[in-house]
Amino acid sequence: MAINYFYPEYEVVRDTNKCIKCKVCARQCANLVHTYDEEGNVMLADSSKCVNCHRCVTLCPTRALKIVKTDHTFKENANWSKESIYEIYRQAETGGVLLSAMGNPKPLPVYWDKILINASQVTNPSIDPLREPMETRVFLGSKSGPIERDENGKLVNNLKPQLELEVPILFSAMSYGSISYNAHASLARAATELGTLYNTGEGGLHKDFYKYGPNTIVQVASGRFGVFKDYLEAGAAVEIKMGQGAKPGIGGHLPGAKIVGDISRTRMIPEGTDAISPAPHHDIYSIEDLRQLVDSLKEATEYKKPVIVKVAAVHNVAAIASGIARSGADIIAIDGFRGGTGAAPTRIRDNVGIPIELALAAVDTRLRDEGIRENVSLIVGGSVRSSADVVKAIALGADACYIATSALLALGCHLCRTCNTGNCNWGIATQRPELVKRLNPDIGSQRLVNLVTAWQREIKEMMGGMGINSIEALRGNRLMLRGVGLNEKELEILGIKHAGE
Amino acid sequence: MLEKEGKIRIPAGCAISGIFSKSGKRINGESIIKSISIMHDRSNGLGGGFAGYGIYPQYKEYYAFHVFYDTDSAKNECEAFLDRHFDIVDMSKIPTRPHKNITDIPLIWRYFVTPRPTKLASSQLDEKEFVSRCVIKINTHIDGAYVFSSGKNMGVFKAVGFPEDVGEFYRLEDYQAYCWTCHGRYPTNTPGWWGGAHPFAMLDYSIVHNGEISSYDANRRTVEMYGYNCTLLTDTEVITYIFDYLVRKQGLTLTEAANTIAAPFWSTIAKLPEEERSRMTYLRNKYSGCLITGPFSILLGFEGGMMALNDRLKLRSMVIGEKDDMAYVASEESAIRLIEPDLDRVWAPKGGEPVIFTLNDGVEI
Amino acid sequence: MKKIYVNEEWCLGCHLCEYYCAFANSGKSNMVAALKDVKINPRIQVEEGKDVCFAVNCRHCPDPICVKSCIAGALSKNPEGMIEINTDKCVGCFTCVLVCPFGAIMPNDDGHAIQKCELCTKNGNGTPNCVAHCPNNAIVYEER
Repeated sequence: MAINYFYPEYEVVRDTNKCIKCKVCARQCANLVHTYDEEGNVMLADSSKCVNCHRCVTLCPTRALKIVKTDHTFKENANWSKESIYEIYRQAETGGVLLSAMGNPKPLPVYWDKILINASQVTNPSIDPLREPMETRVFLGSKSGPIERDENGKLVNNLKPQLELEVPILFSAMSYGSISYNAHASLARAATELGTLYNTGEGGLHKDFYKYGPNTIVQVASGRFGVFKDYLEAGAAVEIKMGQGAKPGIGGHLPGAKIVGDISRTRMIPEGTDAISPAPHHDIYSIEDLRQLVDSLKEATEYKKPVIVKVAAVHNVAAIASGIARSGADIIAIDGFRGGTGAAPTRIRDNVGIPIELALAAVDTRLRDEGIRENVSLIVGGSVRSSADVVKAIALGADACYIATSALLALGCHLCRTCNTGNCNWGIATQRPELVKRLNPDIGSQRLVNLVTAWQREIKEMMGGMGINSIEALRGNRLMLRGVGLNEKELEILGIKHAGE
Repeated sequence: MLEKEGKIRIPAGCAISGIFSKSGKRINGESIIKSISIMHDRSNGLGGGFAGYGIYPQYKEYYAFHVFYDTDSAKNECEAFLDRHFDIVDMSKIPTRPHKNITDIPLIWRYFVTPRPTKLASSQLDEKEFVSRCVIKINTHIDGAYVFSSGKNMGVFKAVGFPEDVGEFYRLEDYQAYCWTCHGRYPTNTPGWWGGAHPFAMLDYSIVHNGEISSYDANRRTVEMYGYNCTLLTDTEVITYIFDYLVRKQGLTLTEAANTIAAPFWSTIAKLPEEERSRMTYLRNKYSGCLITGPFSILLGFEGGMMALNDRLKLRSMVIGEKDDMAYVASEESAIRLIEPDLDRVWAPKGGEPVIFTLNDGVEI
Repeated sequence: MKKIYVNEEWCLGCHLCEYYCAFANSGKSNMVAALKDVKINPRIQVEEGKDVCFAVNCRHCPDPICVKSCIAGALSKNPEGMIEINTDKCVGCFTCVLVCPFGAIMPNDDGHAIQKCELCTKNGNGTPNCVAHCPNNAIVYEER
């Protein structure tokens, strides 16, 4: 029988000249990497337990710690990477499906980084957002249908329900259970202060957060956890989750160990039972079934709330979006293959789905070709990392962007990608009370507000540079984009020209 | 090699001028040529043009198509198309005079047409929609043919050159109109194509425009959803289509359309009385893809009226003058003073504030 | 008067406040130089129970029993309400250490006088160092 030894991927390096043995590292590491050896009066570290989350590094008052990639290596092999080899060992040992968290880390093309933004020179003026109004307000919802006038000839507001956002950025779905109470509190409070929305994810809505309802999107996923009348009525919009960018085609699994206390109550399932979201909605096996669910949710909410349908970006996403746009949905959310997750099978996360940039361009083009783009609004997510990504997404045709990983980073996440272990040292992806309390929502919500405010400022600067003073004039304005290092086919799909053209 | 308009988007600065008689008094083209000529420096000789309303009283029930042809074969193909879809009551070359500054002249023909009743009925479209689709079809599908004017009792005359030369070339002194608009163009780069000159017209809407809109592609991709095909990639073309879409297809009033394309800022809307606030919010939200940003001043000519409109920040100059029943609009006040020194009133409208002149009640053209 | 308050809901028991307190009162500009191989004697101390922890330091009581009990007149309440210690007067009887209901007064390093939190007003730090470095806003300095 083979003996497996997994040499740690990262090593904890302690500068003993700087260490004052305050033991904050030992006290704060939920993975028990650091210990204090009383006898030898020395701090020890077991790198094999380290997930490289930087909690100890960040809190160390004398900067005595750092984490480095190990130089321990296999014989060089361009085909068999260390990662592939270790994965084989791990599966040979356990017989299990490999699990990972957060978004696809593979070196696949990031199209945002190959798209450049325009600016005005000479022939028309750029606009200074510090001196002139610069508008980022956006309305999400269907704009279709003819105008109507009353008996006096005045226009009647006959639009279907709309969401009004002060900035085209929403917090994407993350369930209570996959993230902590305090993370939810931070998101809800920040969304309210920013004039945007956050999304409950599929875990229901904690009773404490009903008061943030006008800034909440309530999600209905295949497991229907926590879905009941009050829940649907609490939110500003209802989102049907058909898929998730990190794991298209499969459902979710929150282990029974995490279904305790408030999570069990909020999800409306007994303590200790596994919360299994089926891969499909078992009442939706086809597009006409989706229409029925859209209609029943609208009926349940008296046609007062827009319905969002969220899908993962898969190969035929354009055709799927076209179907959704004709199924009564008001908003389509598309999640790209780099989207994050609390836990997903590694192979699915890293190999299934397509980049959001291409999916967005294909969907926007398709809906316009069919003349139904205004029937729906488009929200895109799946690794929107900066205000520049937002500007590019809107210019490609999105109405707004969903951010989740970026929001978690603002809350303290260091992308160690071990959410699935439940030992999040930053109090985000954990339900252990002593860890959850590490995220103080006073700090968390302020950091989220800071992040989105900063992005909004940058968006305004970029818009002003293009001579655009209202975000709707940027939407679908692909002439403001150019590609670099992209081939003809990529440019064709993105609907943009190459730089220099 | 420089690409022709329609292959590439070309930014341009410009001069515009317009004359309108509210009493329907028809004047010949000499005044408008004089007016635009003083703004010579605002053009660079790469495009000039005019639109006159009320010029074809003898054929006022018929659509007047003005067409450029690059070749005889394009003409044959286009005429065959026209013959299939329309009854042609008159056709001729548009009269011109030789002019030293106007060269590389295409074939320029004029047709007075009405849709064939059977074709119209089988298309299940209303008459204007039928005509506009035919125009779009010719311009998109027949290589070397370009319909640059298609309204009733109105016509567009344009060419590569300075506008005053273009006016002389087309013998505008022979046409009588109650409304004239004109345009001198200053494109930043173009080999010069006659179809790319302004005004741009669709049915009886014609637009002259000075500016470079930053919302162009958002606007283009919006109107292209509704059956328009932006072949020229010019601002003027897309603005014309937006007006046609909002007014003719959606049924908005001209003021509502102006409030949509040059919408007030949200901060301004917030201060409006409730009813007005709700109307403005509705228009901005419902037609968000029709909002135009970036500098523009436009003159929209239409049957029985003329509208002047500046962008929401007023990034381009535009002045209005009035004298008795006459209204004048121009990029510079000098262009008005030159033809009417003794004005009753001169003012510069605010950004986004539409100024609409229409024929007095009871005036028939 | 602004005082230091601790919210046990957010206290993580990381003990960083103790080290930052010791550093602030060390008179040194570098934490390693100040605290390397030193057993710290901070003026704020974290109390830990089973499910709760919180840092404790001088409450600056409105009616301070320590001032009343001081036999040397070394403890006094300044005009703002802060309880000050004059170590020149302190005789090291430690009566105050015994009477303080919070255990917020302790002998200083040399054991001849007492020390207590004086809100970093005497060490040139400006804002209290424990507040400035609490990673979770569990220690705040505010008017209530």
